[in-house]
Amino acid sequence: MSLDDFRQDTRKWLATHCPESMRTAIPEGELVWGASHVEFVNDDQKAWFNAMRDKGWFCPDWPTEYGGGGLDPAQQKVLEQELKAINARPPQINLGIWMLGPVLLEYGTEAQKQRFLPPMARGEVRWCQGFSEPNAGSDLASIRTFAEDKGDHYEINGSKIWTSYGDKSDMMYGVFRTDKQVKHAGISLFVLDMKSPGITVRPIDLIAGKSAFCEVFFDKVKVPKDNLIGAVNQGWELAKKLLQHERISMSKFGEFTLPNHFSLLPAIREYMATRKANLDASLPQQAFAAMMDEHAFNLTAQRMKDEMIAKQSNPGLMSIMKLVHTEQEKHKFELLLDLLGYQALGQSGAPFSEPQLALTKGWLTSFTTTIAGGSSEIQLNLIAKRVLQLPDAKSGG
Amino acid sequence: MLVLLEDEKMLADSASELLSSVSPVSQQRALRDESNELGFYPEVWQQFVEMGWTAIPFAEELGGLAFSYKGLTAVFEQVGRHLTASPLLSSIALCGSAIECCASAEQQNAWLPELIAGEQRYAFGFDEQMFHDIDHMAITAEVTSDTVVLNGQKTMVMDGVGADAYLILVKQKDGFDLYRVPSDAFGLSCARVNMIDSRNYANVTLQHVTLPIAAKLNETTLSQETIQAVLDVGRVCLAAELLGISEQLFATTVDYLKTRVQFDVPIGSFQALQHRAAWLFTELELSRSCVLNAAISLDEFKAGHISAHKLSREVSLALYKVSTMTDKVTTQAIQLHGGIGVTDELDLGLFLKRARMAQCQLGDRDFHQLRYARTIIK
Repeated sequence: MSLDDFRQDTRKWLATHCPESMRTAIPEGELVWGASHVEFVNDDQKAWFNAMRDKGWFCPDWPTEYGGGGLDPAQQKVLEQELKAINARPPQINLGIWMLGPVLLEYGTEAQKQRFLPPMARGEVRWCQGFSEPNAGSDLASIRTFAEDKGDHYEINGSKIWTSYGDKSDMMYGVFRTDKQVKHAGISLFVLDMKSPGITVRPIDLIAGKSAFCEVFFDKVKVPKDNLIGAVNQGWELAKKLLQHERISMSKFGEFTLPNHFSLLPAIREYMATRKANLDASLPQQAFAAMMDEHAFNLTAQRMKDEMIAKQSNPGLMSIMKLVHTEQEKHKFELLLDLLGYQALGQSGAPFSEPQLALTKGWLTSFTTTIAGGSSEIQLNLIAKRVLQLPDAKSGG
Repeated sequence: MLVLLEDEKMLADSASELLSSVSPVSQQRALRDESNELGFYPEVWQQFVEMGWTAIPFAEELGGLAFSYKGLTAVFEQVGRHLTASPLLSSIALCGSAIECCASAEQQNAWLPELIAGEQRYAFGFDEQMFHDIDHMAITAEVTSDTVVLNGQKTMVMDGVGADAYLILVKQKDGFDLYRVPSDAFGLSCARVNMIDSRNYANVTLQHVTLPIAAKLNETTLSQETIQAVLDVGRVCLAAELLGISEQLFATTVDYLKTRVQFDVPIGSFQALQHRAAWLFTELELSRSCVLNAAISLDEFKAGHISAHKLSREVSLALYKVSTMTDKVTTQAIQLHGGIGVTDELDLGLFLKRARMAQCQLGDRDFHQLRYARTIIK
């Protein structure tokens, strides 16, 4: 089939199968998570989920024998373009497909692919990620949670932290220590059933309140031998692959789950009006500086896209985006607090409006963003080493 | 597209190549050491003309290349990197644009080809105070039926020494007028002002300078927007020059971090310094996006696709960001070089001094922050 034919077919198929109500920006709380028990808020969501599932388009580029759509890269791009053209919502969110799937396809045994990929492709399993530990944050390779070889199975003891939706997931993929003598080369990648005896999950409350983050405790948890992905002690290599997919999927994720956008301009206007301040008063000046920084960031995001189109991509630019965006957002929230006074500090109820309370929560959540997904300090290390090629320190780093 | 297109890249590459050979940084040092009155070398300027850089933005029928402002700013980035002194900003970007925007077709035909060919060199007198501000000026123009008499003083006129003619901006009640004054006009005197970047600046005094009314460029009063759009061409060129200066200083500094050994290791292995360098890198990249965007905005404005209002916002964003970034890069470049950084042996000081002047010339970052804010809030 020619690419043009494929585009025509896809367009027709989407016109029939994507309900009108699924062609709008997705409100928070209406994300659909693929899982053993999928919760839909309406029939359109369900119809859209089922249609995309049956087409194999939860994972359009995977081979059809594992439940994928079997599309080549050009066709996949066409599909993405057509979905974007009608502003289609993602039919589901699934960490398994985005992160573990590609690694399984590359490193899994045939039996593992047959076992894990088709249910994943049908959106029947919700996956969580077990990476960080209380003593292994930025220095992930120092994980200690141990998977001991007991002959016919592994036994896991220890704990994981910052596992998003650990309490709602069916399965976990995670890295565990299999050799205590060496650091990076003593780590293996496992998948495990969250219903296994010995697993307890505790949601973590943040300064912003309830969160999706969980702590997961392992007490003599039995894991079958064929749940090991790749070779024993190959886990660090695989984890790095996974994290690459994390960056790609987080950027996809970001496109449709951007948090409520809080804008400085109305706050500046209000500040100037109520406090009879001029444009050159200190706080409005700082706020305008932040607006200009944000403008510069948006132009840089645009430039990154343009460079990709012009095939002039510069890896340095990619490396600054997370750092700049999260630091700018955090700074913006602090300025909003300064500008709005008590209005931005309400806990609940009158006289605060929903947007005001959301702002307070957004501010408290913003502290997470410069820590999760590689802290700002880690981002700076990466820029210094990978982009500027500055020398390694003798120890640590 | 916020990237240089193929022909713009070729232009930038050829500029880099030529300036490396005919105008290395050592030339800026020589200009200073010999207290060169002109502040640039005419032979280098002649090379600019031969390369066609003076023709870049102008219409073909006037001897121009009808190429983009984006291309012109790509040249200015290289001018910054090599710290090249030339009247490209004063005579071409500013006076050329002013003539193109404000003068009659007849005047354009008479003046622009000579300007592009480098046969005539113009300088633009707009400021009268010790900071950039065209809203407050004292110069007067008394117009009769066939003459005009100018009285006043213009300060910090770029490349004013040795110019063939001056464009003199006069503020009126409801806008501006622009006059072309030959340098040999009776009553005009020009005094060099020595600034830290050793470039050519002059105070131009006009005492009862009497000219035929044909010296006036505009038929109807020029609006604030029109004059600002002319100055905006110069502003984007300055922003690109500052970007080039900062790129060069940053590259030099990163090299130094890799080679300077203290405590038995390259100092660039220290995380405190790595993070500083990484922050400077992010600031440079953010500024680069703004400069490219401002250059494209000049082209879009000329094509009538965006308003003067939008142009002013994009231009002020670029100068604000690039100027803020340049403050950080210049001061950190010296600090990270340590003792050698404060000596005149290195070129850091030459870059620093040019940068600070460029950061003042068409509005400092405070000026541009307020101007940006005013495009959003009246």
